[in-house]
Amino acid sequence: MDFGYLLTIAIGTIFINNFVLARFLGLCPYLGVSRKMDSAVGMGLAVIFVMTMASTFTWLVYTYLLSPVTNIWGIDLIFLRTIAFILVIASLVQFCEIVIQKVSPHLYKALGIYLPLITTNCAILGVAVLNIDEFFQNGGPITGSFIYAVVQGFTAGLGFTLALVLMAGLREKLEMAGVPESLKGQPIAFIMAGLMAIAFLGFSGFSVG
Amino acid sequence: MDPSIYAALISVGVLGFIFGGGLAYASKKFHVEIDPRAERVLDALPGINCGACGYPGCSAFAEGVVNGEAEPSGCTPGGEGVSEIVSAIMGVEVVTATAPVAVVQCKGGRGEAKQHFQYYGVPDCNAADLVAGGHMACRYGCLGLGSCVRACPFDAMEMNDNDLPVVYDDLCTGCGLCVAACPRNIIALIPREAKVYLGCVSRDRGKKVKDVCSVGCTGCTLCANPKVTPSGAIQMDGYLPVIDFNVEDNLLVAAYKCPTNSFVDKLKHRPKFTITNDCTGTGECVSACPVKDCITGVKGEKFEINPELCISCGRCQPVCPEKAITVIGALAYQEQSLEGVG
Repeated sequence: MDFGYLLTIAIGTIFINNFVLARFLGLCPYLGVSRKMDSAVGMGLAVIFVMTMASTFTWLVYTYLLSPVTNIWGIDLIFLRTIAFILVIASLVQFCEIVIQKVSPHLYKALGIYLPLITTNCAILGVAVLNIDEFFQNGGPITGSFIYAVVQGFTAGLGFTLALVLMAGLREKLEMAGVPESLKGQPIAFIMAGLMAIAFLGFSGFSVG
Repeated sequence: MDPSIYAALISVGVLGFIFGGGLAYASKKFHVEIDPRAERVLDALPGINCGACGYPGCSAFAEGVVNGEAEPSGCTPGGEGVSEIVSAIMGVEVVTATAPVAVVQCKGGRGEAKQHFQYYGVPDCNAADLVAGGHMACRYGCLGLGSCVRACPFDAMEMNDNDLPVVYDDLCTGCGLCVAACPRNIIALIPREAKVYLGCVSRDRGKKVKDVCSVGCTGCTLCANPKVTPSGAIQMDGYLPVIDFNVEDNLLVAAYKCPTNSFVDKLKHRPKFTITNDCTGTGECVSACPVKDCITGVKGEKFEINPELCISCGRCQPVCPEKAITVIGALAYQEQSLEGVG
């Protein structure tokens, strides 16, 4: 395992290949929940948590149940990847919801509807699939693959939160701006999302590691 | 058969079993008691999260009701219908209060009030108020940028051609969001039955008001005079008359006497009074009437009320010894309209 590579993954996932602004995953909550700063931060924290957990569990499931190289019976079950991952993510989100409701009703209220919404967030499935694509070779995990996957999951959540919070800040300012009548509301939000994506393209020139 | 089908079945089956079992165990282990009534109360509420009840949202209010902290009738936008349902769920007697209604206490629109300067900033009253105390020459008057209209979740407000907000009583639920949105405290909640109110909140007096607005209250104290308002419903607070809506008075005389026409009467048409043939011509009504030359006649003969001049104040009716003064129209109409007047 290489700590330098961990840093490369972190910077790469947060800025260069930001899940929202470069990979265009999870656009629905990005535009839906970015109207207020409070809810954007809540949603971001929930996504960070779920992405990290999902990365951990999907890696385990893929390695020990699906991959022909490392699984317990040596049979190729990779075609089950999508359904198995969705099962893992949905259960995880549901489990989180139950536990948070019991342990911290305050946090549960703060996250509100966003917690169950994460189940259908394509960025979560996206990070799980990307982990497999990047940290497995010939069906088997590369050295340090597990740690890489967890770090990529965590930083993907951070990147999502960054994009969401930036957007929420801009949109709160926008409420007070003199936007032309025909562009008020969603249209100007889409235009701004596009401009932000272009701005983040600037990171793609960086070479790390 | 391909052995991978068994492996697939077992893999997904085991996964499903583990996760399903885990969730089942977790839901038992981490079970949270929720009062089922809270959900039913929440279903009955309008769900607009306006916050008029004093709770951050409808679900918080529902919890408050179930915990006994909030009154079942606490939801103003829901009105009587909702408070009945909520009371039924909670199994308590229905206690309803009619929702108040918002009124705009400023008549100084584009035509009446002068401006210090032209404002080109953010089209929001709260922003405009920060720029040199607002662009209106009157430091109490409506800025006319419609922050209250945007705050209304019920479409019960609109800006009129004169740059003043108007409230549609039938849509207004008395939630008070517009009251909070106004930086100048011009909007107030008054009882729904009250039809006449003072359309000015200026605490300046005399020339200072006259210089900036043609309909501003100059603090002349005429409306608070016991001769004009014997019920005492209007009291002066400094240079501004304050109306006590708990005192029964239709305030029509005060509105009529106001030299600057600062009062607002929400009713466009009021039933006029008339004298029947029972009149014996004693003339008590003439001295009771606040309007000059409204009631005319010769002593000993039938008197007449001029419907053009009558302001429907009803002062003449109780003083008539023959009970000869009535409202034009049928008796049912009379009762109905008197309710409106009072």
